[in-house]
Amino acid sequence: MTYRNPPTTPRKSATFDDYTLSEIRRAAATGIYDIRGAGAKRKLPHFDDLLFLGASISRYPLEGYRERCDTSVVLGSRHAKKPIELKIPITIAGMSFGSLSGPAKEALGRGATLSGTSTTTGDGGMTEEERGHSKTLVYQYLPSRYGMNPRDLRRADAIEVVVGQGAKPGGGGMLLGQKISDRVAEMRTLPKGIDQRSASRHPDWTGPDDLEIKILELREITDWEKPIYVKVGGARPYYDTALAVKAGADVVVVDGMQGGTAATQEVFIENVGQPTLACIRPAVQALQDLGMHRKVQLIVSGGIRNGADVAKALALGVDAVSIGTAALVALGDNDPRWEAEYNELGTTAGAYDDWHEGRDPAGITTQDPELMKRVDPIAAGRRLANYLKVMTLEAQTIARACGKNSLHNLEPEDLVALTIEAAAMAGVPLAGTNWIPGKNGF
Amino acid sequence: MPAINAFNAGNVSKAAREPGHNQASKVFDLAEMSLRELNQALHNLTTGSNETAWEVLHPRGSHSVAVGVDQPVAIDVRGSVGYYCGGMNDGSTITVHGSAGPGVGENMMSGQIVVKGDASQYAGATGRGGLLVIEGNASSRCGISMKGIDIVVHGNIGHMSAFMAQSGNLVVLGDAGDALGDSIYEARLFVRGKVESLGADCIAKEMRPEHLELLQRLLDRAGVTGVKAAEFKRYGAARTLYNFNIDNADAY
Repeated sequence: MTYRNPPTTPRKSATFDDYTLSEIRRAAATGIYDIRGAGAKRKLPHFDDLLFLGASISRYPLEGYRERCDTSVVLGSRHAKKPIELKIPITIAGMSFGSLSGPAKEALGRGATLSGTSTTTGDGGMTEEERGHSKTLVYQYLPSRYGMNPRDLRRADAIEVVVGQGAKPGGGGMLLGQKISDRVAEMRTLPKGIDQRSASRHPDWTGPDDLEIKILELREITDWEKPIYVKVGGARPYYDTALAVKAGADVVVVDGMQGGTAATQEVFIENVGQPTLACIRPAVQALQDLGMHRKVQLIVSGGIRNGADVAKALALGVDAVSIGTAALVALGDNDPRWEAEYNELGTTAGAYDDWHEGRDPAGITTQDPELMKRVDPIAAGRRLANYLKVMTLEAQTIARACGKNSLHNLEPEDLVALTIEAAAMAGVPLAGTNWIPGKNGF
Repeated sequence: MPAINAFNAGNVSKAAREPGHNQASKVFDLAEMSLRELNQALHNLTTGSNETAWEVLHPRGSHSVAVGVDQPVAIDVRGSVGYYCGGMNDGSTITVHGSAGPGVGENMMSGQIVVKGDASQYAGATGRGGLLVIEGNASSRCGISMKGIDIVVHGNIGHMSAFMAQSGNLVVLGDAGDALGDSIYEARLFVRGKVESLGADCIAKEMRPEHLELLQRLLDRAGVTGVKAAEFKRYGAARTLYNFNIDNADAY
């Protein structure tokens, strides 16, 4: 009788996990970095790590559905002659025609307009679909200046000077040849089918002093009518916010690293920039230190998914949030009904992020005429409007429970954090304690 | 520097083309009135307006002089300007009787801008149409990201000019600095003098008859005389970076 040692269970490395191994093999086989869409997928401290306290003996609630809870917000009241008034504090983030199909852009416009909020163009100019169907349209002013012209500038409702975005602070846009159709090529003044690499820096200004002069020019061209937003990626939110205010912005947009992109390097998405939660308090602090909180409005984006996220962002001092990825999901992106086709592309519903390849089964991140027919702009717009309504009702539910007759009356004192990290980032106490890491010398 | 013809201002009145203060022009003195008033007055112009000749006095380096003008008027700026003079110009004819700061004629759609002196960085950046003439020298990044504009520089241009230039023509009678036409797309570059160095994917190209003809037309439009198209060399994209190839990674 021989004794055999009991075998050990095969153990995979936490450091060299399956994804990491597959990426090493992919890099070795192709010699090119991985490009994909969407934002950071790694686990990050987020709004889930915060909780509302609700009402108690010292705070009494408002009646749900009966007592008013205001959701409106005015953006651009600092300098613009025509500030924007939105019914809800949830806007649609900039996503380009080119990265998205025409019907998808139209659906965003329809859904936002039904909900009383704004959409935003993107790195590809203004399309008739979007201008026509968006009551309130924010026109992005980007390093590439694709399609930029004074006529569109004047028919926009606001102008957003894009310095960076959360998925890639310091990176330019990227649109691979498969998506450069005749129409996209014409709008971008580029040959059809080439890989288009947008600049990462504006061609005619660098730094905060130049930005101030650039904003002056945009105001002069549009006769000081339009609110001017400055959008930054979540890099140095305190200083970026302060410098944007100094440069004359009416609205500052801070996009955390969960914010999506149409395409960039995976290594960039996952390793550059800060989580949305880490960006909010420094940005709010900058506004408060300058005496500009609520005078210059703050929009935050990157991983906003539901009304609780909206309420938490607002409680931390934000004026409005912006959604991109979630809006695409509402339109039908990554829907399990296309699972067989996602499988053919080597992925699965919920994980599909090769938006740059233009083969989106859902017809959203594509320029393929057949695929884009799958988006019915009216039905998809309705879904987006429904989703925005649910988010708003959810945020109101929480606000009333906290005794607030306006979403903007939510405050940091309504929140606690579940983790020390979130407590430190959000500047609210760890649940069950009065400890805010970094405050009072601890 | 070659001789210059009096520049052709199209249908603009003779008075508007004469130097100095005169009665026929609408005069805006920036020492007494604000930039806002000037630009608003220019934006208030409607098609067919009789106020076709404008004169701006004492600009003293003001930024954003005559930006976003969309009527075919002539604007003479008597002095030097700051950033973005004539930005997004769409049809007007602007003459700067002095030098221009960064971004003169940025994103011009149509019309003409003439700078009698020198121009700072980013002259004609992202311009989509019209003609920008710099009678002196232009600094770095001249014609950066140009998208259809024609730029004629009588003197020299600085480094990184025509970076990512997409479309249009850049004509330089003098020399060009380092990294000319880096990452260029379909714009055409014509340089008469020396090129310090070419940027990634920019190469010297054959000057064919159609290019000579195009260049001559540009020289004529810019009022350049005594210079032949044959004296220039043409540069443009090798088109090796148009679709990503790992073997070109060093060039990115």
